[in-house]
Amino acid sequence: MLWLSPLLAIALTSVVALVIFAAAGRDPFSSLVRFLFSPLGDLYSFGELLIKAAPLILIAVGLSVGFRAGVWNIGAEGQLVLGVIFGGWVALNYGPSGAPWVLPAMLLAGAIGGAFWAAGPAFLKTRFNANEILTSLMLNYVAALWLSYLVFGPWRDPMGFNFPQSEPLAPAALFPIIIEGTRANIGIIVALLTVALSWVVLSRRLVGFELKVTGLSAPAARYAGFSARRAVWIGMLTGGVAAGIAGVGEIAGPLAQIFPTASPGYGYAAIIVAFLGRLHPVGIVFSGLLMSLLYLSGDVAQMSLGLPSAITGLFQGMLLFFMLAADVLIRYRVRWRRAVPALALEAAR
Amino acid sequence: MDEPTSVLTPQAVESLFVTLRKLAADGCSILYISHKLEEIRALCESATIMRAGKVTGNCDPRRESASAMARMMIGADIQAIRPARPAAEARRERLAVRGLTLKASDIFGTDLRDISFSVSSGEILGIAGVSGNGQQELLAVLSGETTLASAETINIDGKPAARLDARQRRALGLCSVPEDRLGRGAIPSLPLTENALLTFNRDEVLRAGFIRFDTVRDFAERCIQQFGVLGGGPDALADSLSGGNLQKFIVGREVLQEPGVLVVAQPTWGVDVGAAVAIRQALLDLRARGAAVLVISEELDELMELADRIAVMAGGKLSPPIPRSEFDREAIGLAMTGRWEAPVPTTEAARVHST
Repeated sequence: MLWLSPLLAIALTSVVALVIFAAAGRDPFSSLVRFLFSPLGDLYSFGELLIKAAPLILIAVGLSVGFRAGVWNIGAEGQLVLGVIFGGWVALNYGPSGAPWVLPAMLLAGAIGGAFWAAGPAFLKTRFNANEILTSLMLNYVAALWLSYLVFGPWRDPMGFNFPQSEPLAPAALFPIIIEGTRANIGIIVALLTVALSWVVLSRRLVGFELKVTGLSAPAARYAGFSARRAVWIGMLTGGVAAGIAGVGEIAGPLAQIFPTASPGYGYAAIIVAFLGRLHPVGIVFSGLLMSLLYLSGDVAQMSLGLPSAITGLFQGMLLFFMLAADVLIRYRVRWRRAVPALALEAAR
Repeated sequence: MDEPTSVLTPQAVESLFVTLRKLAADGCSILYISHKLEEIRALCESATIMRAGKVTGNCDPRRESASAMARMMIGADIQAIRPARPAAEARRERLAVRGLTLKASDIFGTDLRDISFSVSSGEILGIAGVSGNGQQELLAVLSGETTLASAETINIDGKPAARLDARQRRALGLCSVPEDRLGRGAIPSLPLTENALLTFNRDEVLRAGFIRFDTVRDFAERCIQQFGVLGGGPDALADSLSGGNLQKFIVGREVLQEPGVLVVAQPTWGVDVGAAVAIRQALLDLRARGAAVLVISEELDELMELADRIAVMAGGKLSPPIPRSEFDREAIGLAMTGRWEAPVPTTEAARVHST
């Protein structure tokens, strides 16, 4: 029954979408159809769908490793930004040389950056038992400020009319396009490889079983001798590496430049993607595509329906909300009971 | 009343019985449910025996022998066969604990105070005591769920082990059965195969780091077959099994790994009589194969049946072990209240045995 709850969540979100469209004075059904399907109209739009799905899938797969073990890394956004900073440094300094190793070096640097940013919360958790939700979340803002500092300061493009942006990245620092006529690049392949790799590791290797056991029951994990600290480190670092690589994918892909806002909230949206995909690599591919569609639909809402694009965030939030609610209601039955009269309690004593 | 004596000392049981007899004499009807036949024989005037939801007999327990009632209860003879102990010279110390002192991490826990004992091959050491006197803490320290700073405090086959986690200790040959089955000994939402993998995950189960699920499945099937685990086979979820069947599975999983040292807590708690006999027999067989077995139990009868020596835990301290030839319900029951220094006459002899 639990596999059903993502579908229930999608259905309920659609219902609310209809209500919102109607309340805004639009014809609900045709608006919903336009909202969902017009981004898929042509090949170019399909490429856009893939481009946005790739980082979502990549980050969500990384996060799901930790989530399975009950390690709540909410800091993917900041880890992504660190990937942008580390990868961007390589791109700006060595990109103009045109060497073929620049792109791999950027990916490696981005992975190290993301892992570095995730290591902080992991250390605080294992050493001082500090809640990783809070520490990783707060570091997001720190990371964003570092990137702002760099782009407003040392990395600002001298030819950029004083806009806060870096020089355009050299061609050697950009992902190759894989579908002609679109912006879809090799980042999609990276995401799919990550999906395959994590599927194999999580289902076939002992470490995957260890993480699952740790998430399901801490006492059982201790009894089996699976270290909770190890799970924290593995969970946090995997999420950090994935987010860091996704950050590189943004500057080496659609942005081709470094901006102070490198991500439209992929690090947060990926949390929803991970849960909507039931923390399973294959499920995450589908939920990543759906969330990417919602990003594109936000633009549609703004351009042709006359609604604010913030509607994307609204629908993303509702998806997660409805799915968590569906999970609870599938697992538990709500019972209303009348308050026991004080007299009866007295008598029972 | 349903199993009212499960956490009482023998002395407390005696005074409970005095009260119950008095109540009955005053005209109160008492329905007393228990699987402890001696209690039924001591207390009741008529007994109805049930097995698997059906009434299988009626008798006057004062006239019936315990074994006759047991036969009605499980449909077969229940005495576990106790193989002879290996000769003294063949024995060697397999588990040794020296000077174990540990402050409880939980505020409701019990501090362990200067505990020392050893278990040798072919021996079952029983640890008796009323629940909450440090047994859980001791079990966690032995199994590796709690690790200690000084490695020498616990030795497994002569190797210092107190700093190792549970998995590393299993590699040295120490397996354990925790007292809570669901959520510690097994994970409720996983099938038995994966619950077998929980502790059966040493090198032979891995091929280049990949889990050999066929090997794990074969192992789970062996546990199921040899220990008569009923309920759906290796794909059944752990929480779909009855408590007794799950306990048989967990004990089977640990025993079939042929540990050199087995630490078991409450091996037959809440388990039906047939399963209890099977589990006890498995422990005795393991002992006969040269393992050192430590049984922590609140059921004195069980310990008196299984153990070669019994030590008593009270207030986080462990009494000197009493050898089988000197087992005495009264003395052990008294020790459960923490008074073993003065009144137990066997202390001197026990000390000689314990070293």
